[in-house]
Amino acid sequence: MSSLGLVVIAVALDRGADDARPWIEAARPTHPSLIDVRHLVADLYNMVNVPTVLWIDERGRVVRPNDAVFATDTFRHLTGIDSAQMLAAIRAWVRGETPAPTDEEVHALQQLPRPDSQQARAAFGLGQWLFQRGRLEAAVRHFARAGEIAPDDFTIRRGTLPMRGIDPMGPEYRAMAQAWAKAGNTWYRRLPGP
Amino acid sequence: MRAPEAKAAERPFTLIDGGTPVEVQATVADGAVWLLPEAVRAAFGWELKAQGLCRGSTCIPLPSNLSRSATEGMDLVELAALLGRPLALDVDEGAACLGGAAQERAQTLASLEAPDFTLPDLAGREHSLRQQRGKKVLLVAWASW
Repeated sequence: MSSLGLVVIAVALDRGADDARPWIEAARPTHPSLIDVRHLVADLYNMVNVPTVLWIDERGRVVRPNDAVFATDTFRHLTGIDSAQMLAAIRAWVRGETPAPTDEEVHALQQLPRPDSQQARAAFGLGQWLFQRGRLEAAVRHFARAGEIAPDDFTIRRGTLPMRGIDPMGPEYRAMAQAWAKAGNTWYRRLPGP
Repeated sequence: MRAPEAKAAERPFTLIDGGTPVEVQATVADGAVWLLPEAVRAAFGWELKAQGLCRGSTCIPLPSNLSRSATEGMDLVELAALLGRPLALDVDEGAACLGGAAQERAQTLASLEAPDFTLPDLAGREHSLRQQRGKKVLLVAWASW
């Protein structure tokens, strides 16, 4: 779709380049594939899980906010999310076949950060700095605190598991996801349509 | 919050604002972190003046209950509260992180102007969102976890 003027910017919310490297090297992307150890993009865009996808137009305006979208069906059996429909919608947008949404329509789909979301991100920021300095015990304390402050933020609760030496696909993650679902919450925040 | 006595020892303290750690000298007493005006300026870019906390033409008035003149410095927790920013503090580790204010973040997102960022790729080369102006962008956040 790059011939139509679409640029994909992939951002890995990982503890270091080496965690993301095998995936990026296997995918051999032609688009920028960036590493975000501090979760800067999660902070600026109020992302609480991955994958999160936004559409940004030629003027640098968000026309479709945070959505849980997969570019492939690799995880479909886990997520129930169908990538084909979304890819068709993206294609239509890139070709200019989709009418530009109004600001009101975009606002209605946005979730804005709360004070506790940002307090949790500050705690993550401190923990991440401590982790990089080799202060693991102190880092884990702040990661745990951040997860308590914003229990809906899985870029913190799940994303810090590798730094804590815990398998992010293992029993701790499954217990976390099950407890979250049992409380009536959804793991992937999908937007309606397009 | 009282300013610490002059005899309290200064020690290095790392302040993280927007991810850029700055090491300053701070006076730590009873779990409180006291910053001199030069430390506030170095770490956060704000000037502590008698009339308030100033940056450029913006001045935030100081609370009236300060025990000493702000030109003598300020308590870190009070400073964060005055700026309306979340603070994560670890006195034992000698570090604190000043986060982004929810209100400011929310206003920016509600403006629908996509916040710019600059991040490295695997080769360490930096890329910014704004370099793609004029093209449609699909911003995809993912992770190995």
